[in-house]
Amino acid sequence: MELYEYGMNELIAMLKKGEISSVMLTKSLIDHIEEKDKDIGAFLYIDREGALKAADKADKERKEGSDKPLLGIPVAIKDNICTKGTKTTCASRMLENFIPPYDATVVERLKEAGAVIVGKTNMDEFAMGSSTENSAFKKTVNPWDYGKVPGGSSGGSAASVAAYEVPAALGSDTGGSIRQPASFCGAVGLKPTYGRISRYGLVAFASSLDQIGTFGRNAQDIALIMNAISGHDDHDFTSAPGKEVYDPDDIKGGVRGLKIGLPKEYFGEGVNSEVKDSIYAAVKQLEERGAEVEEMSLPYSEYALAAYYIISSAEASSNLARYDGIRYGHRAEKYEDLIDLYACSRSEGFGKEVKRRIMLGTFVLSSGYYDAYYKKALEVRTLIKNDFDKAFEKYDVLMSPTAPTTAFGFGEKSDPLEMYLADILTVPINIAGLPSISVPCGLAGGLPVGLQIIGRPFEEKTLLKGTYMIQEITGKLRPEVR
Amino acid sequence: MDIDDKTVDYVAKLARLNLDEQEVMDLRGDLSQIVGYVAKLRELDTSNVAQTAHVLPLKNVFREDMVKSSMNRKVVLANTEHKQDGFFVVPKIFE
Repeated sequence: MELYEYGMNELIAMLKKGEISSVMLTKSLIDHIEEKDKDIGAFLYIDREGALKAADKADKERKEGSDKPLLGIPVAIKDNICTKGTKTTCASRMLENFIPPYDATVVERLKEAGAVIVGKTNMDEFAMGSSTENSAFKKTVNPWDYGKVPGGSSGGSAASVAAYEVPAALGSDTGGSIRQPASFCGAVGLKPTYGRISRYGLVAFASSLDQIGTFGRNAQDIALIMNAISGHDDHDFTSAPGKEVYDPDDIKGGVRGLKIGLPKEYFGEGVNSEVKDSIYAAVKQLEERGAEVEEMSLPYSEYALAAYYIISSAEASSNLARYDGIRYGHRAEKYEDLIDLYACSRSEGFGKEVKRRIMLGTFVLSSGYYDAYYKKALEVRTLIKNDFDKAFEKYDVLMSPTAPTTAFGFGEKSDPLEMYLADILTVPINIAGLPSISVPCGLAGGLPVGLQIIGRPFEEKTLLKGTYMIQEITGKLRPEVR
Repeated sequence: MDIDDKTVDYVAKLARLNLDEQEVMDLRGDLSQIVGYVAKLRELDTSNVAQTAHVLPLKNVFREDMVKSSMNRKVVLANTEHKQDGFFVVPKIFE
């Protein structure tokens, strides 16, 4: 077995026993990435030098007796999370040459835990998209079928983990950007509760919805990363107080007595029947192991996508107003005056989808339309949140497909609204700020299907328990080595 | 809802975007379609529903008002070529 095939848990044990060194591991992984990524295209930037330096430091620390939890473990980071001294482009021309002067809190915490950052992964520009096709720089393919998209916006992170390039990678999820690519690529992807993880250093898209989370190949690895990156941060006033400990052994407790609700709106007409069958089969297995399963309803579900696109675009138009070409980011060379410098820099720097969202967001916030669209969406947000609050009085978790279909082909969804519909089963969770995970539960037409587990606020542990059990049942899915 | 060229131009001005003819045409179509879809929310009576701007029950997060060091000026200016004497250079605003 090659080193890149091991999960984090196993690698940690091997490092501890001294069977391998971090330098050996990191070197082997980067060699593998450089080869494999010619096909996959998951990485925008590989930091061989920096990673080997960090690995060497980790090995020295270990000799001195350090037992940092992730000491010497290589991970990848989505390119909208700031890494000090290393480019952070958001896959946008606007930030093509941007080198952050600071680390995001999650990056700082990963480093403190001893992790080695090997590179930055591809994404839809400014995290706006569901296929990673909106990257200004490169194409990332689905490791299962190179003719299919990896999903998005964290498509690079999902593909890098699914293709066994790295054992874990960070992503961000505003409306499904971790869970949907996890589903398409056959990885596990967790979007934690809003506030569980500091957003300091995450390039803002929609601040009331954005949340950093992680990809891994199993529940234990997700728990290990969560331990390192979660908890309150003084730099982010919306981060929740306190810190939770996620014990990788604690999630093996089984699902006996777990009350599972199946929201019938999430199994509707638009959802592919093979995808549904795969979910039902996995749920049935959980039922056989003692879970209590019941169909239920979240009546306002059909309004979630509309509310989401109003709220997220409004917040995006405001957040992206900072890109004016002055302090950092692309600055136009030809312009007439200051205002024109702003407009020229923005028009040259932003891609098509980003402009579309800025326009939509500016429109719904503009005088005369604010009440009809933005205010209305915030009211509907309350209704959607109430749906979930009520459901969690009765159920411990809800389960559904993560996405209505398996991975689709490049260029297949050229119409923006059609692309937005790919997120229809994930956006309600961001609107309500809940934790949610996608776990591979089977194949449909040779491509992975993701099962989405939704939990009560701050109950990520319950999601990991469910994930562990589903993986015990289905076994680990792995794209054919090609 | 149909969004006309005038609205696209007006919104682009607010958003500080310069659009060419093709972009205006594309956005007119895209926005009409998307706004048409999100108008679906009108089906709901929300006259007695409060707004949710934020999901966490957090409010008034305070910290001690203490002086801390800020980022080094050189570091702050590192991401632009347009700088002089420790300042950002911008086009002239007053004649």
